[in-house]
Amino acid sequence: MNDKDVIVPVGEHPISPYIRMDRMPHIWCPTCGIGTVVKCYATALEETGVDLDKVAIVSGIGCTGRVAGYMKLDGFHSTHGRAIPFATGLKLGRPELLVTVFSGDGDLVGIGGNHFIHAARRNMDLLIILVNNFIYGMTGGQNAPTTPLTAKSSTMPFGNFERPFNLPHLAASCGATYVARWTCLHIRRLTKSFKEAIDRKGFRFIEVIAPCSTLYARLNKLGSGFNLMQFYHDSAEIRHGADTHEVDIGFQDKIICGKFVDEERPTFLEMKDEHYKKTLGDKYIPMPPEGGWIKNG
Amino acid sequence: MKADPSGVLTGAHYLDGDYSCGEGAMAAGCRFVAGYPITPSTEVVERIARRFPFMGGTFIQMEDEMASMAAVVGGSWTGSKAMTVTSGPGFSLMMENIGLAAMMEIPCVVVDVQRGGPSTGLPTMTGQGDMMQARWGSHGDYEVIALSPQSPQEAFNLTIDAFNLAELYRVPVMFMMDECVGHMTEKVVIPKADEIEVVPRKLTKKSPAEFLPYRFDGGSIPEFARVGDGYKFHTTGLTHDQRGYPVMSAECQEWNVHHLIDKIRLNVDKIVRFDEEQTDGADVVLVTYGITARVARRAIAIARKKGVKVGVIRLIVVWPFPEKRINELAGKIKAFVVPEINYGQMVLEVERCAAGKASAILVPHGGGGVHDPEKIADVILEAAN
Repeated sequence: MNDKDVIVPVGEHPISPYIRMDRMPHIWCPTCGIGTVVKCYATALEETGVDLDKVAIVSGIGCTGRVAGYMKLDGFHSTHGRAIPFATGLKLGRPELLVTVFSGDGDLVGIGGNHFIHAARRNMDLLIILVNNFIYGMTGGQNAPTTPLTAKSSTMPFGNFERPFNLPHLAASCGATYVARWTCLHIRRLTKSFKEAIDRKGFRFIEVIAPCSTLYARLNKLGSGFNLMQFYHDSAEIRHGADTHEVDIGFQDKIICGKFVDEERPTFLEMKDEHYKKTLGDKYIPMPPEGGWIKNG
Repeated sequence: MKADPSGVLTGAHYLDGDYSCGEGAMAAGCRFVAGYPITPSTEVVERIARRFPFMGGTFIQMEDEMASMAAVVGGSWTGSKAMTVTSGPGFSLMMENIGLAAMMEIPCVVVDVQRGGPSTGLPTMTGQGDMMQARWGSHGDYEVIALSPQSPQEAFNLTIDAFNLAELYRVPVMFMMDECVGHMTEKVVIPKADEIEVVPRKLTKKSPAEFLPYRFDGGSIPEFARVGDGYKFHTTGLTHDQRGYPVMSAECQEWNVHHLIDKIRLNVDKIVRFDEEQTDGADVVLVTYGITARVARRAIAIARKKGVKVGVIRLIVVWPFPEKRINELAGKIKAFVVPEINYGQMVLEVERCAAGKASAILVPHGGGGVHDPEKIADVILEAAN
């Protein structure tokens, strides 16, 4: 094959209207899975037809933490672990917005774990997209609260001996109203999950298993990003409605995917309004709709 | 603009400093508060939690102080005036997102009702040991504004000023109370809403196509677009350019940080505020703030009775510090005496500004109580001779 045979795609990428093209190229490594998740999320926004002016995206710190900076939405790159409480402030100040938190496993359930469980407990109306690559990528491959037992990381050079989180189970037991898990290979199913979750309310949690060939795969001699995708193909098992007790992930073991929880419960703001209406009657003054309290003098 | 009457509890009240601070916040138009319980500050949010449902406000008790401060920064991006309230240990935890507020240039108010430290220290007893933390507590270079009330009445008045300054300069404003002022109950007069001047959040009039979130000229404040109005802006805690996009370079760092510094330093004369009394011909000038300013009144009376010419500078805005005035006075007096409930914080600033022209003598107190006025008087007498 010579150069003339290579077909170079021309024209716009289908999701370029959703991306800050003036910030491309992005910082993610070749074969990183985060871009795939962004593509699925952008497609879901497009196909659900939500008003993009009313979508805010919040990230913490880390590789996935860069997503908020690349999407052409009101985007907030907050501090490490604090994306969920930051997003809580946005949601409570402007309840009409769709607020999405897009961050990594280390950010959301390592340093941010306490915020994660409490936002789920309150059923805060947030869509949480957690990209799980089993490792701290940005800082160079350190052990994460998701690193499977025996997998190597730069701070567990002889293999991890700490038990990792089973994230769907954590989210479900804290009260999340929508819980799903997919890998970067399941792009149609992942997109469908995003679309479903956009149309729901409450604390919606979607975990996406993503390849990190630069660190996780290299440290564990798992080959390239392609090999990881091949592994997802061979090892992922779709089991909708699975008991979340049973969906933990072992090292190079099967990955149970699917939608595990999809139920309706009143959100924090609905509970607040309903409760105050009941207890305070006409004296209760709810927050003014559409834009809240601002008064532009 | 005049205050929204729904938050103004007009009349004469008998309130403690914490409640009064909460009333000041509501009068200033604050309608979003996120907090975590901590003695001796909790009464501020208790007051607000009880009153907010009647004025459309939202209070949320977060899981910790890091979350509280993060929620306040997020809340302020919606255009709501936002506040959190804490004491020393929580103040330490908030430093992370106080830095984010400084970097994103987000108006907000952080109330610290100081208690004895370090660490858990004296939860129920007073201290003034967080004054330097208010200025330098988060990493890196930035400027803040800090105020310190000496009475419940001032806790009301100055909380309104704190919100106004936060809006004017797009900075986090530290409201440095202490346990004594927080828990002391006195008469507080709350004026009518149309007698209270509040600075509203100003939204940019530019179109999304023209708007840049961090466009400014020397010392000016960038225009604000709130989330959800179609601007699709980006903001980050990283060093950023006019577009709010991260730029990892020494040049951009210089441009970004210089602005955070400039917007306060070039406006110091407008922000600095203090009471000055009998400094003409004084031999000794007392520099004081918060509850210690009240305690020092007796020491001043004792010293004056013994013939010492004592002047007073009472700091109302603590940061930025009245550098110019301290420097002028330093050339005319023998010494500054600085009593504070710590082992030497604001005295360092007095010493720096005096630049060797007058000495700056600390009257320390470890916390848990206030100074014995006699001890302050002794130091004044010694300094005068």
